[in-house]
Amino acid sequence: MDLRTLSYIVVGSTFALYIGIAIWSRAGSTKDFYVAGGGVHPVANGMATAADWMSAASFISMAGMIAFMGYGGSVFLMGWTGGFVILAMLLAPYLRKYGKFTVPEFIGDRFYSRSARAVAVICLIICSVTYVIGQMKGVGVAFSRFLEVEYDTGLYVGMIIVFFYAVLGGMKGITYTQIAQYCVLILAYTIPAVFISLQLTGNPIPQLGLGSAMAGTDTYLLDRLDQVVTELGFDRYTTHERLSTLNMFAYTASLMIGTAGLPHVIIRFFTVPKVKDARSSAGWALVFIAILYTTAPAVAGMARLNLMQTIEPQPGNYLAYEERPQWFSNWEKTGLLAFEDKNADGLIQYSANAGTNEMVTVDNDIIVLANPEIARLPNWVIALVAAGGLAAALSTAAGLLLAISSSISHDLLKGMIAPDISEKAELMASRIAMAVAIVGAGYLGLHPPGFAAGTVALAFGLAASSIFPALMMGIFSKAVTREGAIAGMVAGIGVTLLYVFQHKGIMFMPGTAFLGDSPENWFLGIEPNAFGVVGAIVNFTVAFAVSRVTAQPPASVRELVENIRVPAGASAARDH
Amino acid sequence: MPRLTEQQAAAYWKRNLALMAKLLVIWFVVSFGCGILFVDALNQIQIGGYKLGFWFAQQGSIYVFVALIFYYTRRMTALDREFGVDEDQGA
Repeated sequence: MDLRTLSYIVVGSTFALYIGIAIWSRAGSTKDFYVAGGGVHPVANGMATAADWMSAASFISMAGMIAFMGYGGSVFLMGWTGGFVILAMLLAPYLRKYGKFTVPEFIGDRFYSRSARAVAVICLIICSVTYVIGQMKGVGVAFSRFLEVEYDTGLYVGMIIVFFYAVLGGMKGITYTQIAQYCVLILAYTIPAVFISLQLTGNPIPQLGLGSAMAGTDTYLLDRLDQVVTELGFDRYTTHERLSTLNMFAYTASLMIGTAGLPHVIIRFFTVPKVKDARSSAGWALVFIAILYTTAPAVAGMARLNLMQTIEPQPGNYLAYEERPQWFSNWEKTGLLAFEDKNADGLIQYSANAGTNEMVTVDNDIIVLANPEIARLPNWVIALVAAGGLAAALSTAAGLLLAISSSISHDLLKGMIAPDISEKAELMASRIAMAVAIVGAGYLGLHPPGFAAGTVALAFGLAASSIFPALMMGIFSKAVTREGAIAGMVAGIGVTLLYVFQHKGIMFMPGTAFLGDSPENWFLGIEPNAFGVVGAIVNFTVAFAVSRVTAQPPASVRELVENIRVPAGASAARDH
Repeated sequence: MPRLTEQQAAAYWKRNLALMAKLLVIWFVVSFGCGILFVDALNQIQIGGYKLGFWFAQQGSIYVFVALIFYYTRRMTALDREFGVDEDQGA
C-alpha cells in the first residue's frame, strides 16, 4: 500500500476515534463542561495533562532544536519538565482545594476584586491566544506535509474535529480525547526512536542507546557525534552552550515558571476528585511527559548523526547530489531541506561556515518528521508519525480553547456581566464561546499575524510574568492586596512585552524594534524569549511594594487562604 | 469534620513548607546546578558514553523531578493523616 493511502487510513481512524469519544462524552452540566464533572482519575488526568501540555512544538520541533543546539537545547528539556515540580508543590493542590472552575476566578476571589479578575482574564487570553496560533499552524503544516492536502484544507478539517468534541463535551470530551491522543502520540514518537537506537547502537532503549557505543565498535555514539560535527566546524555537541550560562539559567527558569503558570495546564488539576489526587496527578503527568522528553535527546543526537553521516559518509568524502536518497528529495519539495551547489562540484558540502555551506536550509522540524525515512522504517511508521503530530497539535489546541472559552463564559459573562444567568444558559454560552474561539483561532491560523513566528516561546514569558506570580502570592501570602496584585500583573506582563517588542518589533512588525535584536543590546545578554523570569521578579517586587502602602486584605480573604492550605473539606469542584 | 486549631493549622503549614523547601533545593541543584552552573566540572566525569553534566541536563534532572513529586505526594499524605486533615476520613 502506498504511503499516502496508508497515512489517510491511520489518520482517518484516529479521527474517527476522537469523534466517537466526543459523542460518548457529551457534557450535561457546566461542571461537566468546565471540569469534566470533577471525577477524573489522577492517572487518567496525568495522561490527559501530558497530551494537553505536549504541543506540536514538543512533538515536531523540540528534538530538532536539540539536534542543532546540542547541549544548549537542554533548556527546553529541563524548563518544560521542571515546571511540573513547582506545579505539584506550589500551585495545583491549593487551587484544587479552592475548588472552582477557572484561574481568573481564584485571582478575583483571593484579591477581592473584579478588576483583578478582569486583568487575569486579559493575561490569560493573551497567553493562550499566542499559544493557540502555533497549534493551528501545526495542524495545517502536519496535514499539508503528510496528507498532501492544502494547508487551508488541513486547518479546516482540524477545526471541525476540535469543534466536535470541544463544543459537545467541553472539558469532559477534551479529557477523554486527550487520553486517546496521548496514546497515539507517544507510540508515534517512541517507535521510530526504538528502531533508530537499535540500528545505531544495538540497544532498543533510546535513553540508554544515547550513552552507548556505536553498534559493532567501541566508540561511544556521543563521542562520534562530537567528532563529526567538530570536523565540519560546528561546536562540540555535548558542550555547545546557548549564548551564555546566565542566559541558559534565565531561559530554563522562564520556561519552568511559565509552565506552572499556563492556565490550560492548571485547569486540568480542577478535574480530579481530591487534593491529594492533584498532587499525584502532577507526578503522573510528568511520568507520561518524561517518556517523550527523555526520548527526545536520543532522537536528536541519533538523527543528527544519521543526517551528517548520510551527507558525509567518510571524512572529507561528501555525498553526490545526484545520489541523494529518496527522503532527501521528498523533503526538498517541502522546502525544509534546500541544497545549493555553491562550488558546482555536484557534491553536498555541509559546513558551519555560511560562505561554503551548501545545505542552505535544514529546518529543525526535519529531525522528527524525516526520522523514520532516514532510518528506513516501514511506511506504517511514517503514517503513525503523521497521526502523532496531529494528535499533539489538536490536544493542546483543545485545552487552550477551553481555557479561553471558560474565562469568557464563566469569568466575563457569569462573573461580571450577567451574574444571574441560569446554569443551562451558561452551558449554552460556554458552547457558543467555544465555537467562537475555534473560529477565531482558525482565522488566526489561516492569517497568522506578524508575531506568530515567536508565539509559543512568548506565551511562556507572558504566563511566567503575569499569572504565575499572582497565584503564588495568592496562596503563600495573606498580606498581598488587591492593588498590589493588579499592579504586579500589569507591571510584570508589561515589562516582558516591552522587552520583547523593543528587540523583536512592536507586535513583531519588522522595522519597529527600537532597540536592535542582537546580544549586545540585551539586558545582561538575556534573549527576549528568556525574559519571563525577569518579568516575574518585577511582578513580585511591585506587588509587595504596593501592598505595603495599601489597606490590608479583609479578614474573609485571610480565611480563604487558611482554608485552601489544608486539604480536608475539599469538596468537589463547585459553583458559587 | 474536624477543624484544626490555629496553632495546628500553623504547624501543618510549617511542616509543609519545610518539606517543600528541602525538595526545591534538590530540584534546583539537579537542574540549575548540575545541568547548568556546574556542568563543566561534572562533564569531567564520564558514565558510559554520557558526560555527567550533559546527562543531568538532558536525562537525569527529569528523572529526579518525577521522583520529587511522588516523594512529596507520599510525605504529604502521611502529614495529612497525622493532622487528621486527610480527605478520606475528614470530609
